[in-house]
Amino acid sequence: MQRMSTDANNTLHNGSALEFKSSTFSVPVLVLSSNDWIIIEHQLQKKIQLAPDFFKNSPIVFDVQWLNKNKLDIDIAGLLDTIRKAGLLPIGIRGGNEGQNKQAIDLNIPVYSVHNSLSNEHKNIDRTPAKAQAVAPESAAKAQATIITHPVRSGQRVYSSGDLIVLAQVSAGAEIMAEGNIHVYSTLRGRALAGVQGNVEARIFCSDLEAELISIAGTYKISEDMRSIARNKPVQIYLQEHALIIKDIA
Amino acid sequence: MARIIVVTSGKGGVGKTTTSAAIAMGLAKKGHKTAVIDFDVGLRNLDLIMGCERRVVYDFINVINGEASLNQALIRDKHCDQLYILPASQTRDKDALTQEGVGKVLEELSKDFQYVVCDSPAGIERGAHLAMYYADDAFVVTNPEVSSVRDSDRMLGLLSSKSRRAERNEEPIKEYLLLSRYSPERVKIGDMLSVDDVQDILSLHLLGVIPESKSVLTASNSGVPVILDEKSDAGQAYADIVARYLGEDRPHRFIDEKKGLFGKLFGGK
Repeated sequence: MQRMSTDANNTLHNGSALEFKSSTFSVPVLVLSSNDWIIIEHQLQKKIQLAPDFFKNSPIVFDVQWLNKNKLDIDIAGLLDTIRKAGLLPIGIRGGNEGQNKQAIDLNIPVYSVHNSLSNEHKNIDRTPAKAQAVAPESAAKAQATIITHPVRSGQRVYSSGDLIVLAQVSAGAEIMAEGNIHVYSTLRGRALAGVQGNVEARIFCSDLEAELISIAGTYKISEDMRSIARNKPVQIYLQEHALIIKDIA
Repeated sequence: MARIIVVTSGKGGVGKTTTSAAIAMGLAKKGHKTAVIDFDVGLRNLDLIMGCERRVVYDFINVINGEASLNQALIRDKHCDQLYILPASQTRDKDALTQEGVGKVLEELSKDFQYVVCDSPAGIERGAHLAMYYADDAFVVTNPEVSSVRDSDRMLGLLSSKSRRAERNEEPIKEYLLLSRYSPERVKIGDMLSVDDVQDILSLHLLGVIPESKSVLTASNSGVPVILDEKSDAGQAYADIVARYLGEDRPHRFIDEKKGLFGKLFGGK
């Protein structure tokens, strides 16, 4: 039996002390297409170096669906070690087979179903009739934009799995990231990373570019490289042949 | 219910304690029963600025730990009987502050005070976090200098995400900008950020500008809040700030350069 506390501040919470709420988080997924440790480790390091701040202590779900489909087995405990060594915090497995799922649960790693996975291309190959239904909600979910109406202050981070629209300034020392495009309808002074999951078509738009860093799909420029950019002018930034192009919006 | 005001900045040495003392005194002099709490546990300063260091028996930590009652620890100000000071402990550190303890003290104060001013320590760690956690209003004290502005911006981010109001999804903390140690002469020669520069970076409602003034140091050393020095420009600036906070419409002063006799005689801008 639980011992009752006699502390007077118990009266602060007259009602229940907790409740369960449903929340949606956007978490990066590490989709594996090789079971070779050396390759995984090497490529993971390379990716992380592109945006160390973004990946540091970032939660991650790893997806082994493709491996299983191609009959490539992978040791879950070893994979977890590799991911953790890279500074990421694994919080789930997706697309694992029965044995892998059991191994994950034993290691306190939750199992996610492939149900709402990003990788609808895999699903479509499997079940062509489901294509129409599967694609529509997926693209709708992808298009889901996050809208921020208050200033993003120094030290704050915002991540959107779709587009990110900020209607106020982004301060120096703040970091905004989106898998899709980024729009800032005010001064952009912090870091802005668009297409963080590799979407090279993503763009950044802002009404005044004074950013510390801008990046699209891992290609970046720091403020030092942007000295010649005129202030107080709306610009767009996009990727062309692996180079970032900053262009006035006339 | 009391309105809880946190005086905060992130950076040290910008004038938080001076501001806390002046604002609390200003509110009390307007007839509002006010308490001012020193959250800088371990580096007790507020009692010095308020001139009550010789009358400290019990402190904030004693109250939190239940070693003294709130009434035993509160010191009544000798200039204004509507003002009470809750000093910080000199012998403890900020780990002695607990969220529940602070909450309990603020709740009790809220019963018979109209305003509670929390003087935050510098930094963004425990002491500063707990000083702002329960706040309704935040006075962000900033010097016209880039690192101070950057730290204030960081603090504003914390105010909007790490406070009780944010956690409960209530109306956010009202944030006000107080620009202190302002010197129009140095702004003119480009040594200092201007009011416009700071507002451009922080985009925050300006409650007032406090000019760099010798009277602040004199007031601190003699233990009399500068707002009581009605002749000084800093004292008047704080009086304006309190009046504006209470809803009065007062034009901003001390932003432009003081004109000498020559300038006054011949006018012109």
